[in-house]
Amino acid sequence: MTTASDPASAEALHDVTLTVNGVFQQLRVPARRLLSDALRHDLRLTGTHVGCEHGVCGACTVLIEGRPTRSCLVFAVSADGASITTVEGCLEPDGTLGDVQQAFQDCHALQCGFCTPGFITTITAYLEDHPNPTEDEAREAIGGNLCRCTGYQNIVAAVVRAAEIRRERTAT
Amino acid sequence: MTTKMFGQRVPRVEDPRLLSGQGRYLDDLGHDALEVAFVRSPHAHARIVDVDVSAALDVEGLVAIYTYDDLDGRTTEPLPLLIPHPALTHGRTPYALAKDEVNHVGEAIAMVVASDRYVAEDVVGLIQVEYELLPAVVGIERSRDGGDLVHADVPGNVAATMVQEVGDAATMIAAAGHRATLSLSIERSASMPMEGKGVLARWDPDDESLLMHTSTQTSTSVRQAVAAKLSLPVDRVEVVTPDVGGGFGVKIVHPWPEEILVPWAALRLGQPVKWVEDRREHFVSSAHERGQLHEVEFGYDDDGHLRGLSVRFWHDNGAYTPYGLIVPIITSTQLLGPYKPGAYRVEFQSLYTNTVIVTPYRGAGRPQGCFVMERVMDAIAADLGLDRTVVRERNFIQPEEMPFDHGLIFQDGRPLIYDSGDFPASLAKLKALVGWDDFESYRSAARAEGRQVGIGVACYVEGTGVGPYEGGHLRIETDGSVVVSTGLTTQGQGHQTMLAQIVADELGVSMDRIRVTTGDTRRFKYAVGTFASRTAVMSGSAVALTARKVRAKALRIAANALEASVDDLEIVDGHVQVKGSPGSQIDLGAVAVLSNPLRYAFDAGATRATQFAAPADPSVPPVPENDQPGLEGTDYYSPLRSTFANGMHAVVVETDPETAEIKILRYCVVHDCGTVINPMIVEGQVHGGVAQGVGGALYERMEYDAAGQLLNASYMDFLMPYASEVPHIEIDHLETPSPLNPLGVKGAGEAGVIPGSAAIAAAIEDAEGFAIAAMPISPSELFELRRRHAGR
Repeated sequence: MTTASDPASAEALHDVTLTVNGVFQQLRVPARRLLSDALRHDLRLTGTHVGCEHGVCGACTVLIEGRPTRSCLVFAVSADGASITTVEGCLEPDGTLGDVQQAFQDCHALQCGFCTPGFITTITAYLEDHPNPTEDEAREAIGGNLCRCTGYQNIVAAVVRAAEIRRERTAT
Repeated sequence: MTTKMFGQRVPRVEDPRLLSGQGRYLDDLGHDALEVAFVRSPHAHARIVDVDVSAALDVEGLVAIYTYDDLDGRTTEPLPLLIPHPALTHGRTPYALAKDEVNHVGEAIAMVVASDRYVAEDVVGLIQVEYELLPAVVGIERSRDGGDLVHADVPGNVAATMVQEVGDAATMIAAAGHRATLSLSIERSASMPMEGKGVLARWDPDDESLLMHTSTQTSTSVRQAVAAKLSLPVDRVEVVTPDVGGGFGVKIVHPWPEEILVPWAALRLGQPVKWVEDRREHFVSSAHERGQLHEVEFGYDDDGHLRGLSVRFWHDNGAYTPYGLIVPIITSTQLLGPYKPGAYRVEFQSLYTNTVIVTPYRGAGRPQGCFVMERVMDAIAADLGLDRTVVRERNFIQPEEMPFDHGLIFQDGRPLIYDSGDFPASLAKLKALVGWDDFESYRSAARAEGRQVGIGVACYVEGTGVGPYEGGHLRIETDGSVVVSTGLTTQGQGHQTMLAQIVADELGVSMDRIRVTTGDTRRFKYAVGTFASRTAVMSGSAVALTARKVRAKALRIAANALEASVDDLEIVDGHVQVKGSPGSQIDLGAVAVLSNPLRYAFDAGATRATQFAAPADPSVPPVPENDQPGLEGTDYYSPLRSTFANGMHAVVVETDPETAEIKILRYCVVHDCGTVINPMIVEGQVHGGVAQGVGGALYERMEYDAAGQLLNASYMDFLMPYASEVPHIEIDHLETPSPLNPLGVKGAGEAGVIPGSAAIAAAIEDAEGFAIAAMPISPSELFELRRRHAGR
């Protein structure tokens, strides 16, 4: 026994187009499908992680039009037409580690790696506007992301190191 | 020459994969599996009168709904009591799905399997459960009263009472020149890894086998448990631990209800089934720790020497006791830290409450014990007007007293004997690092600016590398690469790197030729698990012993091929060569080829192992007696007892005179985990531990109301530290090798968290001038304490 408003009814599906890491993608999803689930389970880009599903931990942070956004708080249909960058898109074009990723390895800024994608995307965007952060500014920049492993000290160092690497790579 | 890897800050081999989004955590697998959601109890204590699923049956995408009545065979039994103990007279464990009664908010009642999680949750919302409410027992005092019972057949809510005594504490305290008492408490917190639990089960009907992935700290033991509960031959069950997004203790508990139910459903339905825990589920249906109340009585002499110590404490074990008495046993034994207590008596009761179960969280009972002992040291110093570090020095076990036998039984059932450590040297390093002797001038300067600062210190000893054993398997492939496996699991500690460093040195092979697998029962079936800071000690030693065995075989075969004596050979960068004449060499891949006498050549390399390739001694079989084909080996490490790491923390805090805000200005750590394999990884472990210690001291607590509702069951309300809450951490190391294992190592995983509450409480106490007896402490609580002390 179902009605149109009953969740038991078959869900209407919606066409969504996204550009993810430069690749054009077409999806057909229910209206309630979270962007995080669409990226992870429909597009199989599992680098974006879900830690709390209520926008607090920041693990699911992706860049929508370059802006860090919690993908667990966005419906996939709301992102229709958007250009999205995930952690997989933070690599160099040749597939080697991007500046922030390389800095994380250099500084031992990750342990279990679960929160890491959200830090990578957040810092990648931050450095666009803040190419030379101090340690205090670096700490402030990551202040919205939770990590349970590292105690943040090495992540702070990695922000500063990433800025260095970005400058080095831009110079060459 | 191959560079020595042991002791180096080697970058982690795990990182490129994890950093580029190529990690494989539980929910990254099985995209097409059916998904599970649970109906969980909204009540802390109730009888289940009826479960009505009729409204849910027409939901499109629903596959199955199961309640207790649907279970069969051994899945109907209560879950295992993992660690029985004679003192645990009233151990109780839950059913996989609640049978008749629920004992905490979050206990699973019905399991829904559907096409995806969205649909499964729709169905959960349509299932009606009728409850008859029972009184909720929340909090240690309420449980201790015994007026209402969690389990009707457990009198007084007492799961266990346990006493250990060395000497006659009462007499020693009575005879001491000074006597004092303290009433202390520590609140609940939790491991709270960023990734919750999760299970994916795939039944292969053709092969009649079950492949299960689970985010666990012990895949081998999950395998045994699942096979037993599902009545499957163990041989048909394999358990793989994928990348795990943090554990910190909570994932050592097993089998969780979901670890039984998900494979059970997969088997029944003949389809892959997956459950991924959401954050609220993790808060209300995983595990917590820490909650204890302590009554302490102690006697000491004019010089501050402890003469006798008597501790009674009450441990909140939550609704069930699947992990036995491990946490309170650790508190009761590790409480002693680096000190000689004179005589010592400890008695604890482990009590039931209608709350989430309590099982080890990083530190596992030690933060509470450390808090108690360090409060005692500070109380003695305050009473006698002595420097707090002087009192500690006077009570330290001295290096020449090692090994030191406390005369107690530790959590592994073996004697509590410290193997090594130099506590005076550690304290001297810490005092120098923090500038202990100059602090009074700093305090005066701060005071002149209207600022209120304080300094505290806390010391701990941590039993690490707990047995019974771990093993390693190592094989050199015919391409010269090395594959290594160990049975225990990894949750981000860099085990692949650390174990590869050990193998690289033992075998003379470069890191990039070594591949390490952990927690995959297809690769290694005998293991215990990852807990108690034991991987470096246990699997590190096992892998080292295995590598030595394989190396010996490689040298034996190479000696034959090179017509040289084994004693004249060395392995350099993957080649066995005659010492001093590198021209005469054979690479390890070729040695691997020779180790496996062949009939069939599949490539040019293999040709040299075939039967007509070289003249062989016809009087000896191709595989000699007591030998095996292949360049591989397995070995195990099983220590006599635990090895004991130690450390000391000093903290400087500033407390706002008006708002009572508590700010950590400096956090200094001296850490001794024996020989260090990778200082970068060890420092990372210390950083992470300190952050959790700070969280436990100032922010984290489980806010249960009287009805047993967990009011702050989200990341929004449970205050885990962000970068803004964790201070910069300054570290100095001391390396006192353990005499117990071949590498001299001790564990490092839990160390950073242990003295957090003790050191921070001491610093606040020093800033404020009154005693701190309960942690964590918020600004409001400190404000209230000020009012109370001002009113005296």
